[in-house]
Amino acid sequence: MSEVGRVNGQRSPSSEPIRADDPIKFDTDVLVLGGGPAGAWAAYGAASRGARVTLVDKGYLGSSGATAPGGNNVLYVEPDQKLRDEAVASRMAQGGYLSEARWIHRILDNVYEQLKLVEQWGYPFPKDEYGNSQRSHLQGPEYMKLMRNVVKKAGVRILDQSPALELLVDSHGVGGARGVSRLEGLPWEIRASAVVIATGGCAFLAGGLGCNVLTGEGLLMAAELGAELSGMEFARHYAPSAGGGTVTRGRTLGWGTFSREDGTVVDRRGDPDALARALLDGPVYAVLDKADTPEKRRILRGAHAIFFLPLDRAGFDPFTQRFPVTLRYEGTVRGVGGIRITGDDCSTTIPGLYAAGDAASRQLVTGASSGGGAFNAAWALSSGGWSGEAAAQYALSLGRKPHERTLQAAGRAGVQSASTGSASIETAAVIKAVQSEVFPLEINYFRSVPVLEQSLRRLNALWPAVNGAPGTSADELLRSREAAAMVQTARWSHTAALARTETRGMHTFAEYPDTDPRQQRRLTTAGVETIRVRPEGLAPASAHPEPHPISWRKAVAA
Amino acid sequence: MIELVSVSRCIECNLCVKVCPTHVFDEVEGAAPVIARQSDCQTCFICEAYCPVDALYVAPFADRSVPVSEDDLEESGALGGWRATIGWGPGRTPIAKTDSTPLLESISPRRRG
Repeated sequence: MSEVGRVNGQRSPSSEPIRADDPIKFDTDVLVLGGGPAGAWAAYGAASRGARVTLVDKGYLGSSGATAPGGNNVLYVEPDQKLRDEAVASRMAQGGYLSEARWIHRILDNVYEQLKLVEQWGYPFPKDEYGNSQRSHLQGPEYMKLMRNVVKKAGVRILDQSPALELLVDSHGVGGARGVSRLEGLPWEIRASAVVIATGGCAFLAGGLGCNVLTGEGLLMAAELGAELSGMEFARHYAPSAGGGTVTRGRTLGWGTFSREDGTVVDRRGDPDALARALLDGPVYAVLDKADTPEKRRILRGAHAIFFLPLDRAGFDPFTQRFPVTLRYEGTVRGVGGIRITGDDCSTTIPGLYAAGDAASRQLVTGASSGGGAFNAAWALSSGGWSGEAAAQYALSLGRKPHERTLQAAGRAGVQSASTGSASIETAAVIKAVQSEVFPLEINYFRSVPVLEQSLRRLNALWPAVNGAPGTSADELLRSREAAAMVQTARWSHTAALARTETRGMHTFAEYPDTDPRQQRRLTTAGVETIRVRPEGLAPASAHPEPHPISWRKAVAA
Repeated sequence: MIELVSVSRCIECNLCVKVCPTHVFDEVEGAAPVIARQSDCQTCFICEAYCPVDALYVAPFADRSVPVSEDDLEESGALGGWRATIGWGPGRTPIAKTDSTPLLESISPRRRG
């Protein structure tokens, strides 16, 4: 192993106190937060409408996020009315009828056209025997490297290793953001007429492939401006992964047989909870014994190479030897919830603020069920493009330029002490405490009302802990902001879950095992200190930071 | 987790410092980058894909650090193995072009009924 730690000449600006006297500061028309597929498509969409665009990413546009490291299915259905109608009907049923057929058709239409564009840009889709391109799967490293080039060529200014921490706001709406540059150890402030939040979902540092950069700051930033969330009760997705590894691409396990320590088979037929239940009792193993010919093995390796990489390196022959499997929590990444979008253009309740990809609620297209890879990839691409185009249009039509506005930073928990003289945020302890409320299958998978209520009480008690004094380096500021966002995301999803007293899609309750037809409506969650949940459409959407309290259900809040 | 920056292979381009999503590496003046925040590594293997000289090695274990030997990794072909698999690098065919995902349905175990 190479030497870990400091050596002579080592430059570690992210761990030094940030140099506040020398900020990176400029104006742009559209600011895109996040450099996964949604952010890349948003930046391209905005730039192609003639706006000056800046994209910032916590890591690097091209390598960051859930898409880049591995393979990703993408929803691709030929424009045949019957095929399309069937796909939509099937999705509506699977999603517990919380999605909208019109929205599903929109993304089917859009992704079909845009993938042709991806091919024109140079993505080498494989061909079938007749020479037709097969566009239903994207290899992440190739796709995102291509998107970086596309975004660069469109003239977008890219700031890598520059996480956003808080939004700027005035009485007219959002006006940019602030963050830190990790490579330079400097704060940045970018004023913008419109902002697209494409920071991904929140996976609570659970270690799923590429997901540790997805910690919910985008949701918290939006909520601090009064934006609403939707579908938070469905953050109940766990992905199978080889034990001790990170690769959460489970399709290959369809060729596997699962067994317990003593060799008895875990029968998964017709029981989506079989793996989780077996894991409560002890270790579970898998072997890919249904890939029983060299040809099948070759096809599996050529489709999901990343699945095999850690197993090969750990010395397993996964086709003949049992390897341990576990479930990794994925929060809102393969979940559903996120910032509620209020228009076809992915606008939110805040003027100038747009949401795309996993940071936005995908309920309009996925309903109560996970979008898996295919729907989520199609959503990222489509919502990204739409939000970017709309943000450009909004920015270019705005008479007032960013430098003429009196903007204030809206960030609170994790970036600013609630009061002077507060104790430092114990970031590592807070993160561990949050994880112990959202990871355990006993709490968040096999949900029951009293257990979830107790968990929510403990989460609410953590909130003051993230309102203490943040650190002074870029690393410390980012980590304390991440901790705050994770506490908040967990509070939102537990609160929303307790408001849905039924079983629908991904959300289940032991006490309410049936689907209740009266609850066939989406739930809106809002608020930072005090959290309120109400059925969408029953109360007027509010642009004010504190929406009207609800009376239909007791508020389970701090 | 990331376990190795091969000093003998590294050309000090510092691309890994830029591309690592979780900012694990630090630049060092006149030397190879160092693994400064190993516990932040998310075992996504993407740094290996971007390293132009196959100087990096990510071990498959996400939750613990393991000792590695550069000589053994070199001999087994593990150094640069992931970049070769995805077909990155001069003269290689990207895995995207030979992606066998469309064939998966034809070998689905569910087809047996």
